[in-house]
Amino acid sequence: MNPAIKPLAPKDSPEFDRETFLVIENVVKSFPKPDGSQFVVLNGINLTIKAQEYVSVIGHSGCGKSTLIRIVAGLEKATSGLVTLEGKAIRKPGAERMMVFQGYSLLPWLTVKENIRMAVDEVFKNLSRAEKTSLVYEHIAMVNLTAAADKYPDELSGGMKQRVGLARALATRPKMLLLDEPFGALDALTRPKLQQQVLDIWDNHRQAVMMITHDVDEAIFMSDRVVMMTNGPNATIGKVLDIPLPRPRNHHQLRESKEYHELRNQALDFLEQYQ
Amino acid sequence: MILMTLAAKANPSQIKRLSSIVQAKFLLPLAGFAGIIALWWVIALFRHEMMPTPPEALSKNLDFILHPFYRRGPGDLGLGWLLLASLRRVCIGFLLGAIVAIPVGFLIGLSRHAWLALNPLIQVFKPVSPLVWLPIALAIFNSAEPAAIFVIFITSLWSTIINTAEGVSNVPKDYLEVAEVLEMPRWKQLIKVILPASLPYIFTGLRISLGIAWLVIVAVEMLTGGIGIGFFVWDEWNRLNVSSVFLAVFVIGLTGLILDYALARLQTAMTHRSART
Repeated sequence: MNPAIKPLAPKDSPEFDRETFLVIENVVKSFPKPDGSQFVVLNGINLTIKAQEYVSVIGHSGCGKSTLIRIVAGLEKATSGLVTLEGKAIRKPGAERMMVFQGYSLLPWLTVKENIRMAVDEVFKNLSRAEKTSLVYEHIAMVNLTAAADKYPDELSGGMKQRVGLARALATRPKMLLLDEPFGALDALTRPKLQQQVLDIWDNHRQAVMMITHDVDEAIFMSDRVVMMTNGPNATIGKVLDIPLPRPRNHHQLRESKEYHELRNQALDFLEQYQ
Repeated sequence: MILMTLAAKANPSQIKRLSSIVQAKFLLPLAGFAGIIALWWVIALFRHEMMPTPPEALSKNLDFILHPFYRRGPGDLGLGWLLLASLRRVCIGFLLGAIVAIPVGFLIGLSRHAWLALNPLIQVFKPVSPLVWLPIALAIFNSAEPAAIFVIFITSLWSTIINTAEGVSNVPKDYLEVAEVLEMPRWKQLIKVILPASLPYIFTGLRISLGIAWLVIVAVEMLTGGIGIGFFVWDEWNRLNVSSVFLAVFVIGLTGLILDYALARLQTAMTHRSART
């Protein structure tokens, strides 16, 4: 890995914790089939994510990558194996692993401000009203939605909705961010803009991110490592690609970079084996 | 003055749009009403022994129309009073029905056991004409007024229960997952996610229930007598005042329309999404 992008470990936390922030150990997910046998979706996933690392999981549709992030989120249970965050086992959903959903999942009867406020209210029960309000506005401003704060989700474009989803997740100050195909429902012009915006925010507030995607360019552009999955059923991790490109990154720069194209070819070569 | 300058500034496409709005909102509905009045007129002209012509009906009803709130004796009240009496019964019965139906709908929508226990009951009771409950209610209460309210109460239950249950069981999984990731306790999810998410369904049920309740009250009052728009219809028919019955048709229809419109407005205000009217 490029030492320039290696995050600085704060002195108060042991290096051990920072290197093994999220640990996925031998995770297997299977469903019983009507004939009594087991349908194995994920077969033995092992992955460790560092405290300030941006990791993408990529694979063809049906490879179980969404199931994997849902297990990390606690929304689904692994059939066997263990997921731990800072050494503590994950058994149920929790606000320290905040999820950004592909379909935005904004509550349509609440305004932008109220959607974020609801999350803040749930997570920070002990803050004063003023503190909560400022937390909400800070994150609305962070995603450039101040002008739309009082609008309802159905008055927003897809890109704006996902920025609300992101602001809602960030406002709860999670230990880890889970992005489930966050740009999947966006059009080709909105997508790079929002990718850049998310990356800029992450550059300023580095934290562990696990992102599911099926877009090779997106994965390489945003991540420190790209985890490539084999096809399902019985999917597992096929290959992990380190992305030592310097940060901060932007699309224009990367398009000129030879290293980027090499990484992209490596990723595509792998994915093409499984078509 | 302002209107004139606006008209001067308006370009042809705006005028065209305005005229199409006028056509859609006023002219075509008016044409519909004019058509039905013309049909009535034609039938009344050819078979005058059956019914009065529209101008005759209007002149005979002028007293009712101009003085809706007269009191000329213990049983001789203006149409407005009769309407209010009927509305009172409907509102009390409907509100009691909603108070029972919405929680029951929630229960059925949330619990499979409750659904299995109560759904057959609802399916059997729902097709029963609400008027069948009237003798039972009269036997229970021994008095017309609470019996009428009870029938409206029963009438109001089914659609609201079924629609509430459907709304509650169809809350998008995404919304609940957001609540779960935020570690919201179950009781809070009920209030902050499931209730608002199913409000449009609940209102659909309430609007159907209120519509049926307004249909049923007229029939109930025809049977029970007393003060009310339904008994007015029956009474006027017995006096062979068919023209008053024609007036009652319009009054009952308009009131029903206003009731539905009021609920639709309440729905828009409460759900922040426009209701289908």
